[in-house]
Amino acid sequence: MSPRWRSDRAELWRYIGWRLVQLAIVLIGVSAVVFFTMHVLPGDVAMLLLGDRGTAQQLAKLRLQLGLDQPIVVQYLRFVVAAAHGDFGTSLTSNRAAFTDVSTAFPVTLQLTLAALTLATFIGVPAGVFASLRPGGAFDNLAMTFTLFGVSMPIFWLGLMLLLLFGATLDWLPIGGLSEVGMEPPRITGMSLIDAALAGSPSMFWDALRHLILPACTLATVPLAFIARITRAEMMATATQDHVRTARAKGLPRARVILRHVLRNALIPIVTVIGLQLGLLLSGAVLTETIFSLPGLGRLMVDSILSRDYPVVQAGALFIAFVFVLVNLLVDLSYTLLDPRIRRA
Amino acid sequence: MTLAAPHPSLGAASERWYAPVARVLRRHEAKLGLAIVLGFLVLTVACPLLSPYDPYDQELASALAPPSAQHFFGADQYGRDVFSRVLYGSRTALLAIVVADGLALLLGSALGLVGGFLGGAVDALVMRMVDVLLAFPYLLLALIIVAALGPSLTNSMIAIGIVYTPQYARLIRGQVLAVRALDYVRAARAIGTPRWRIMLRHVLPNSFGPVIVMATLQAGSVVVETAGLSFLGLGAQPPSPDWGALLADGHNYFLTAWWIATFPGLAIFCVVLGFNLIGDALRDQFDPRRRT
Repeated sequence: MSPRWRSDRAELWRYIGWRLVQLAIVLIGVSAVVFFTMHVLPGDVAMLLLGDRGTAQQLAKLRLQLGLDQPIVVQYLRFVVAAAHGDFGTSLTSNRAAFTDVSTAFPVTLQLTLAALTLATFIGVPAGVFASLRPGGAFDNLAMTFTLFGVSMPIFWLGLMLLLLFGATLDWLPIGGLSEVGMEPPRITGMSLIDAALAGSPSMFWDALRHLILPACTLATVPLAFIARITRAEMMATATQDHVRTARAKGLPRARVILRHVLRNALIPIVTVIGLQLGLLLSGAVLTETIFSLPGLGRLMVDSILSRDYPVVQAGALFIAFVFVLVNLLVDLSYTLLDPRIRRA
Repeated sequence: MTLAAPHPSLGAASERWYAPVARVLRRHEAKLGLAIVLGFLVLTVACPLLSPYDPYDQELASALAPPSAQHFFGADQYGRDVFSRVLYGSRTALLAIVVADGLALLLGSALGLVGGFLGGAVDALVMRMVDVLLAFPYLLLALIIVAALGPSLTNSMIAIGIVYTPQYARLIRGQVLAVRALDYVRAARAIGTPRWRIMLRHVLPNSFGPVIVMATLQAGSVVVETAGLSFLGLGAQPPSPDWGALLADGHNYFLTAWWIATFPGLAIFCVVLGFNLIGDALRDQFDPRRRT
C-alpha cells in the first residue's frame, strides 16, 4: 500500500466522520423544529384524545400519564429518546403505532420517487448532451422550450391533464391507485412493482407498471427539465476547455471526446443537481399521491394534518427529513468518488 | 507624462442604472415574459371590470355547464362562472407573491445581514438555523408549519415565506461578506458610525442587487406552491376563488367537467412561465459565468 494512497484513505474517512457529525447536529435541529412547531399548537394531545367529552379531571389525569405536565425541555428530551427507539406514540385515527403507519406508507413514496428519478435522469442527461452538441439547433431549441415548460408546469395540473387524456379519454392507463382490485401482489417490500416481480406474476407486474406510468411521468417532469438544462450548460462549458481541444486535436473519435472528456468532467454538477432533485421529488410526491390516490407518505402527512393526527405528522416529518439529509450526505460523498480533488480541498 | 488608460470598471460605473435592465429587455423571451406578467398585473386590477359574473354567485341551473358564450370557461358544480373565478384568482396569486416572497425577503435579509456582518458566533448560529431549515424538503416544511398554524390562505403564505427564507439568508450573507470588506465600510467604521447604521445604510443597499433577481425567480415558484397547498386543502378555503382551490374542485369532477381544473391550471402555468422567462434573462445578465 503506497503512503499516498493510505493518506488519501485516511482523509476520506476523516471527511466521512466529519460529515456524520454534521448530520447528527442537523438531525437534532430537525427534531427540535418538528417538536417545537407542533407545540405551538393551541391545546395538546390530551385534549385531542379526549375531544369535547373529557372533564377537567380526566384531562389532568391523561396529561400526567402522557408526561404533558413536565417542562417543555423535558418533554423534548423524552421525545428524542423515544424517537431514537422508533416510538412516536399512537396514531389518533388508526390507533396503530404512528411509526407503523409511516413505514407502511413509505415504500409507496420510495417506489414513485425512484421511478421518477430514473426517468428524469435517463431522459434528462442524454437530452442535455444532445442539445449541447449543436447549440441553437432544432433539437436544442425543442429541448430548451420543453424544459422551460417543464419547470413552469404545476405538477398537480399536469397530473390531472395526463389523467384526463390517457386515463379518462383514451382509456390507455388506469386513473389511480397502485393496482386493480384482485391484482394486489402479496406485501413483501411494500413496493408494488417489486412485490409483483417477487410473486413471479407477469400479469400483476404489468398491472403495477401500468399504475406507475402516469404518476412517475408527472413527478419526473420538473426534475427532468432541471437535469437537461444543467447537463447542457455544463457540457457546453466543459467543451471549451483545453484538454477537450487537445483530445480533438489528437484526432480522437467525436463520441469518445464527448463521453470520456466532456461528459465525465461535467458529471459533478450534474450529479449534484440529480441529488438535489430529491427534495423536489419528495415534495412533488405529496401532490402526485393526492392526484393519483396513492397511499404514500405524502398523502398520509396531508390526511394526518387535516385530521390533526399529530403523532403521525411528527413521525412522518422526522422520517422524511432523515431520509432527505441522509441522501444529501450520500450525494456529497459520491463526489469524492467522481473527483478525488474534493476530499483534499 | 502620459495619461493612464481609464480603468475598465469606470465604464461600468458611469453606465446608467437601468442599462442592465434594458439589456435584459432586448431579449425576446424577456419581452414575452414581461408582457405576460404585465397582463397578469392588469388582470388583478381590472378583474371586476372584465368578469361577467360575481365569482361567488351560484346559479344551480348552470351547474357543470361546459364552456359556452354565457360561460367562457364553463361553470362549476354550484353553477359559479369559472372564467370569473379564474380572473379573481389572479388577486390571490399576486397576494401570495407579495406576502410570501416579501416575508422570505425580509426574514432572509435580516438573518443574512446580521450573520454576515457580525460574523463569529452569531453567524454560526444563523447559518446552523439555515442548515436545519434546508434539511427539510420544501413542501414538507410548509406542511409542518401549516399543521401548527392551521389551514388557511394567510398561514399557507407565511409557511411558504418561511420555507424560502434560508435561500435569501444565504444569498444576502454571501453579498454582505464581500461588501463589508470594502473601503467605504471600513471608513464608516473608522469614523465611529454605529454598527446598525453601517448595516442598514451602507451594507444592505449594496448587497441587494442579486436579491431582486432572486425575488423575480422565486415569484413563479411562490405562485405554484401556494396553489399547491390550496390544492391539498391546506391553503385558501372554499369558496374563495384561489387557483389551487379551483383545481382541487376540478379534481373531484375531472371525469365529468374537465373545464373546472383545466383553466385555473392554465392560468398558473402562464403566470409562472412569464416570471421564469424574465428570471432566466435576468440570471443570464447578472451571472458573470453565463454572460457571453
